[in-house]
Amino acid sequence: MKKRSLVSIDDLTTDEIIMLLDRAVEFEKEPIQNLLEGKVVSTLFFEPSTRTRLSFESAISRLGGKIIGFTDAASSSVSKGESLNDTIRTVSNYCDLIVMRHPIEGSARYASEVASVPVINAGDGANQHPTQTMLDLYSIRKTQGKLDNLNIFLVGDLKYGRTVHSLLLAMSRWNATFNFIAPEELKMPEEYKLFLRNQGLKYYEHTDFTDIVSEADIIYMTRVQKERFSDPMEYEKVKNVYVLRNSMLKKTKPSMRILHPLPRVNEIHTDVDPNPKAYYFEQALNGVYTRQAILTFLLGIK
Amino acid sequence: MKEPKQLSVSAIQEGTVIDHIPARNLFKVIQILGLDHIDNQITFGTNLESKRLGRKAIIKIAGVFFEDQDINRIALVAPDAKLNIIKDYEVAEKSVVEVPNEITGIAKCVNPKCITNFERVTTRFKVVSKKPVSLKCNYCEKITDAEHLSII
Repeated sequence: MKKRSLVSIDDLTTDEIIMLLDRAVEFEKEPIQNLLEGKVVSTLFFEPSTRTRLSFESAISRLGGKIIGFTDAASSSVSKGESLNDTIRTVSNYCDLIVMRHPIEGSARYASEVASVPVINAGDGANQHPTQTMLDLYSIRKTQGKLDNLNIFLVGDLKYGRTVHSLLLAMSRWNATFNFIAPEELKMPEEYKLFLRNQGLKYYEHTDFTDIVSEADIIYMTRVQKERFSDPMEYEKVKNVYVLRNSMLKKTKPSMRILHPLPRVNEIHTDVDPNPKAYYFEQALNGVYTRQAILTFLLGIK
Repeated sequence: MKEPKQLSVSAIQEGTVIDHIPARNLFKVIQILGLDHIDNQITFGTNLESKRLGRKAIIKIAGVFFEDQDINRIALVAPDAKLNIIKDYEVAEKSVVEVPNEITGIAKCVNPKCITNFERVTTRFKVVSKKPVSLKCNYCEKITDAEHLSII
């Protein structure tokens, strides 16, 4: 079998995405399966990302695989000045698959070219994080029963938010309508709006929550980070505009669900947590099933 | 009155003449085509007047004929270059360069956080627009447009 890596969500065809989501459904029903017995998976985290790493390690462990790796660059040979090329070539000898998180953009594509085993990109700087997108798609399909013709609200930092960009590109395959809610400084970049126009998809831009939120099928929240603002005054002005409170959800559809890639800081008030429309913690659990599906697919198992 | 001393540049018998190179990019063209590493006779002129380019350069290379894929590598720095293929002192064929669909090496990715700017990685781009030229990095997936294009 030809070595297959997952670097960007665009590496997958629409049929493959659906097949992986279906496979993840099977893992949700039966998460403990000994499919990776005798396999070794490397988790190379050149920058810490506890949530993503634990999700991957949970997925691997539940499939009976063994894990080797490091949790930050300081405890690896990178601190001695080793190149990524050398690290990846060496580690390829020790394992059947590499999961890599790296702060430099494009590092994952490069690693997939020099590795002799499949590579899963667990985030390369501000570029791609396809397994996050897969778990978002899984969560959307599970809560809405479908992926087609949904109205997706993206809220918060839409300029630098890697997850919202990938989600937008992915959901465009299923005729989604988008509503963007963001401060002026963190608006959705023109290239993504151009992409949607070229696809003939509708999008609307807002600077705050309005009554239109009643049309939402999914509200996808992201963190508005202070360090993204050139003018701290601007941040102070907008920081409370993008906080979701339970009182704002009254008019929303009963089937609407709130997603968030986590970690949350204050952009979703804790009074939302008991609301059945809050889905962000279950969303994180779905990450384990989708990662199980991706791991077995790339290893040619099942 | 003294006669100005002239160095005559004779016409080549067989080879290639590359004309309409922007003068400032002459040495980049030489580098991209590897002309600084070959033994053939090469003559070039630069800062020649050109109505279209302001100042242009021209290169005559004896005994060398380029494949399209090789000569197209100079399209990024000399998009209007014209080629004359010389056989037996006559222009046997004329052609223009064309921006290829993919570019390997040559250009630098504009993204300072791209792996190609950290490690010895040969850059690779998909050409998303030919005029003006716009390149999408194979690695970080960011766009380098004509305005920010720099040659390695």
